[in-house]
Amino acid sequence: MTGRVEGKVAFVTGAARGQGRSHALRLAQEGADIIAVDICESIPSIERYYAGSTQADLDETVRQIEALDRRVVARKADVRDFDELKAALDEGVAELGHVDVVAANAGVFAFGDKTHEVSESDWQDVIDINQTGVWHTAKAVIPHLIEQGTGGSMILTSSTAGLKGTPNVAAYTASKHAVVGIMRTLALELAPYRIRVNTVHPTGVATDMILNEAAFKLFLPDVEHPTKEQAAAVFESTNALPIPWVEPVDISNAVLFLASDEARYVTGTELKVDAGYTIK
Amino acid sequence: MPGRVEGKVAFVTGAARGQGRSHALRLAQEGADIIAVDLTGQIDTVPYAMSTPADLDETVRQVEALDRRIVATQADVRDFDALKGALDAGVAQLGKLDIVSANAGIFSFGTLDELTEEQWSDMLAVNLTGVWHTVKAAIPHLKANGGGSMILTSSTAGLLAIPNIGHYVAAKHGVVGVMKTAALELAPFNIRVNSVHPTSVNTDMIQNSATYELFAPDLTPEQRTKEALAPRFQTLNVLPIPWVEPIDISNAVLWLASDESRYVTGLEVRVDAGQLLK
Repeated sequence: MTGRVEGKVAFVTGAARGQGRSHALRLAQEGADIIAVDICESIPSIERYYAGSTQADLDETVRQIEALDRRVVARKADVRDFDELKAALDEGVAELGHVDVVAANAGVFAFGDKTHEVSESDWQDVIDINQTGVWHTAKAVIPHLIEQGTGGSMILTSSTAGLKGTPNVAAYTASKHAVVGIMRTLALELAPYRIRVNTVHPTGVATDMILNEAAFKLFLPDVEHPTKEQAAAVFESTNALPIPWVEPVDISNAVLFLASDEARYVTGTELKVDAGYTIK
Repeated sequence: MPGRVEGKVAFVTGAARGQGRSHALRLAQEGADIIAVDLTGQIDTVPYAMSTPADLDETVRQVEALDRRIVATQADVRDFDALKGALDAGVAQLGKLDIVSANAGIFSFGTLDELTEEQWSDMLAVNLTGVWHTVKAAIPHLKANGGGSMILTSSTAGLLAIPNIGHYVAAKHGVVGVMKTAALELAPFNIRVNSVHPTSVNTDMIQNSATYELFAPDLTPEQRTKEALAPRFQTLNVLPIPWVEPIDISNAVLWLASDESRYVTGLEVRVDAGQLLK
């Protein structure tokens, strides 16, 4: 039976673990081949929150995709480095023949400082990865999509923080709002080529990005070593549905819908997968 | 291979033709049984021919051809008791309720100073109150079911304003209000509520002489062909198409109805060819 993105090639950034790995797998399950990139490194300003991904993580993503009998081209690449990112994508397109779907997923989460106390470098790292990295991803892939002349679907990962504000999360919130601006601009520019561009907006997702003590302390500042269970109760209070966080596959199912021809006329939209976070 | 809504029961209003029939079929294709209602009659203030009993019969025939069960009843969404009676009978027959597609809707036009009392009240009664009635009738069944998914059909006109259809704009905006309130109220019961926002859809609602006149008042009636009107409709959109097909809305309804969107609630899903970008 034909998969929902059968025969397509999907470019996924931040594919070593978490949501990125999940998107790569979900798309592969539905018949796509994958071009996967990840920085595979810790970023110094993010280390105080959670450890970065590794080459072993990316290798595991590759192993799981190949176990589905799909092809994958994986490269270590930093979305802040346009030339490096473009080279990785071009190699993937050369090997797999084309690119049709883009999941601009690579991102970091930083938090805790009042906006007027954030350091220059902390601010810049988040903007460079979450915002400029998304632009770089689009910049690298668009020439391919236009030349191919067969349309395409770009899904940019924003956040509930791309729609609402949260104290002490300035750079992340700014960068995720910016992703919406990039999406809207691209959707208008690329519509004549039938290239669709949309954003996804997750609430908290059960990955290393939030399942760490630093993130728990954001919600339980008075507890010295908050546990996952304690944090879960607070996370749950922010959502409308009675859950603390969604699973990566929930975002992947939204990415899959947007990537497929089922959404052939969906463009310029913000797809929230947020358990009602933004309507509370 | 199980369908994406395998074993579920879906209530679809306005199911005789157009988007409603398409939703019923798409859900049935993916394994759902259907409870279908439609007015199958004319409302005076609606300037195009509305559905007939034969239309609803055809929806039944097509769903049954997919080897799914369907309970179809003539019912007016403005009449809560009749609507509830039809839904309750369907649930009694099919065993439960999982999905609701509140799709029944009408279209008419006039500027706000020209609209008659009747045009306004018919529009609000069907497109807004009818949606509330559908939600109200469904909630006890969804609660008994332990959860479910409701998809309310709004429009791009539920998010922006367009001249000459102020009552339609108001009603479709109102649907968003109902959707978000219901999403908040029903979240503790694992019931998700979302809305779909189509741009122009290729059905009898737009392919008729009255709507053509609205979009091309400068052309003569003879000049107002579908081909001549397509570019007019296309100016609303960003993607180079005049209208989407019912299946495009049905694919969004299917995604929202399925467990793939199990944590999606309070969302306005636009299937609008970029109309809201303009």
